[in-house]
Amino acid sequence: MSRFSLSDRAFDRVNFIFVLLVTLIIIYPLIFVISASISDPHAVNSGEMWLWPVDITLDGFNRVFQNDAIWIGYRNTIVYTATGVLIHLFILLPSAYALSRKELMAKKVFLWFILFTMLFNGGLIPTYLVVKSLGMVNTMWAIVVPGVIGAWSVLVARTFFQQTIPDQLVEASKIDGASDFYLFVRVVLPLSMPIIAVMALFHAVALWNQYFNALIYLSDEKLFPLQLILRQILILNEVSADSAATAAGAAQSFSDQIKTASLVKYAVIIVSALPLLIVYPFLQRFFVKGVLIGSVKE
Amino acid sequence: MAVEQAVGHKGHSKILKSLQRNWQLYIFLLPAVVYFFIFHYIPMYGIQIAFKDYFANLGMFGSPWVGFEHFERFFDSYYFERLLKNTIILNAYNLLLFPLPIIFALSLNELKNGAFKKWSQTLTYAPHFISVVVVVGMLVAFLDPNTGLVNHVVRLLGMEPIPFLTSPDWFRHIFVWSGQWQSLGWGTIIYLAALAGVNPELHEAAKVDGATRFQRIIHINIPSILPTIIILFILNIGNFMQIGFEKVLLMQNNLNSETSDIIQTFVYETGLLQGQYSFAAAIGLFESLINIVLLITVNQIARKVSNNSLW
Repeated sequence: MSRFSLSDRAFDRVNFIFVLLVTLIIIYPLIFVISASISDPHAVNSGEMWLWPVDITLDGFNRVFQNDAIWIGYRNTIVYTATGVLIHLFILLPSAYALSRKELMAKKVFLWFILFTMLFNGGLIPTYLVVKSLGMVNTMWAIVVPGVIGAWSVLVARTFFQQTIPDQLVEASKIDGASDFYLFVRVVLPLSMPIIAVMALFHAVALWNQYFNALIYLSDEKLFPLQLILRQILILNEVSADSAATAAGAAQSFSDQIKTASLVKYAVIIVSALPLLIVYPFLQRFFVKGVLIGSVKE
Repeated sequence: MAVEQAVGHKGHSKILKSLQRNWQLYIFLLPAVVYFFIFHYIPMYGIQIAFKDYFANLGMFGSPWVGFEHFERFFDSYYFERLLKNTIILNAYNLLLFPLPIIFALSLNELKNGAFKKWSQTLTYAPHFISVVVVVGMLVAFLDPNTGLVNHVVRLLGMEPIPFLTSPDWFRHIFVWSGQWQSLGWGTIIYLAALAGVNPELHEAAKVDGATRFQRIIHINIPSILPTIIILFILNIGNFMQIGFEKVLLMQNNLNSETSDIIQTFVYETGLLQGQYSFAAAIGLFESLINIVLLITVNQIARKVSNNSLW
């Protein structure tokens, strides 16, 4: 027996170190970005700063906050996310509730109608042409409406309703003469706050982080969400650095430009990702719950 | 009302009564049905442009038919082989790392220290919430040949700095491992839930028999979560060919396109940038078909071999 407990203790130690290492490797790039955003860009670019901030400066954040494009992008993203989440819930909750009720006839047909979209879809080009023909291109609706709900979220919300809203409750209220509409708003929704939170959070994160719809549907820079602005700053700038060099002329000013550019990059990452990273630990259980309800097999 | 009753007497009264009593439920369902119809079923119907020559003035449904012309052009083109190969290798590489979240979940599950476990989970889930633009932006910064952290390390090791992001040899590694960085922690959630459901009596019995921790993981934990593993594996196959296209697009440049050109980026390029809608739709359809065939095949195999399947 003692031989085993000894090897078990060794196992525990090795396992602990393994998890610790994985965790540190995963978290290191994030710590680096945070430190780099408030460090002297020279120290960052030369490799002198590798963990904790060196020569702390808030210059990067100052420049980020002075940048109009970032502000506009931020505002657009907030508007798109808020609008998108509201429409998402408005379409998702009633339909998932209806699908959870056994009185609904042809439920199987409706379910398959929705589930089939998980298996097969029209693809990029036909979807683009439909959105275009609806006149949504270059409006916020192209960002908010396509993808506003998905088969997965309908299934998750339906499972929740099936599990939490007892049939007797529905039947009793109907005998009392309550309409489905009244029942849904007054009885079902108040009991469904967890699933509303889960669905709203998932959709909000998706909208906050998406860039591709904006890339293909928007050409007016005033409508660009934050992620497209980030793409310009973080990724495209890199490509055009060479051409900027000839334009800048003096080598001195160019190296200065590179320095502040890299400072701005780290700061803008923080500004864009921080809201999510700060709230997420508090909402972690909701996200986990969503993943788990979603994994329940029908 | 009179009409309804008249019909009702002919034997449909039950259905009509139900419709009459529950019509609001159908109203509830209506917006979702309309949404899926417009944004999923019309595009599905619109796939017909893959067999047509699309003219904007004639629209998706009025343009003339050309049969398999676009498919033939694609299969005969010199880039067909390259696109297919790149797509398959990139996704197969990604699939190869499928066991990593399982291993990490098994490890987390063995931790005795609950606080440390929670702390590790919270930290490793975090990258899941970072947008793909920011992830690629971080790659650009970290891998920069002159100023990037990684190349400082490379130089410390006495080697020449490596232009990671413009090198075809590095593209796949960077793509796949940065994806793993983002999804490893998050990917453990479902496995941890499955592990929490493992019957503790099995472990007690195995302890009495003198099984070590490692033996118990191999012979109890892994078999217990095998159904979950299989289902997730099928789902992964279902997404084969489609993983991370938006990230590939961000990471792609002229210098690494030899390995970063995949079918989906090509569809985007020819379709949306060059306006060859029909040709691009045909390529997209080709890819979806491969996907469906793969999904059905793997599901079938899983059902035969293990009795676990999606349907």
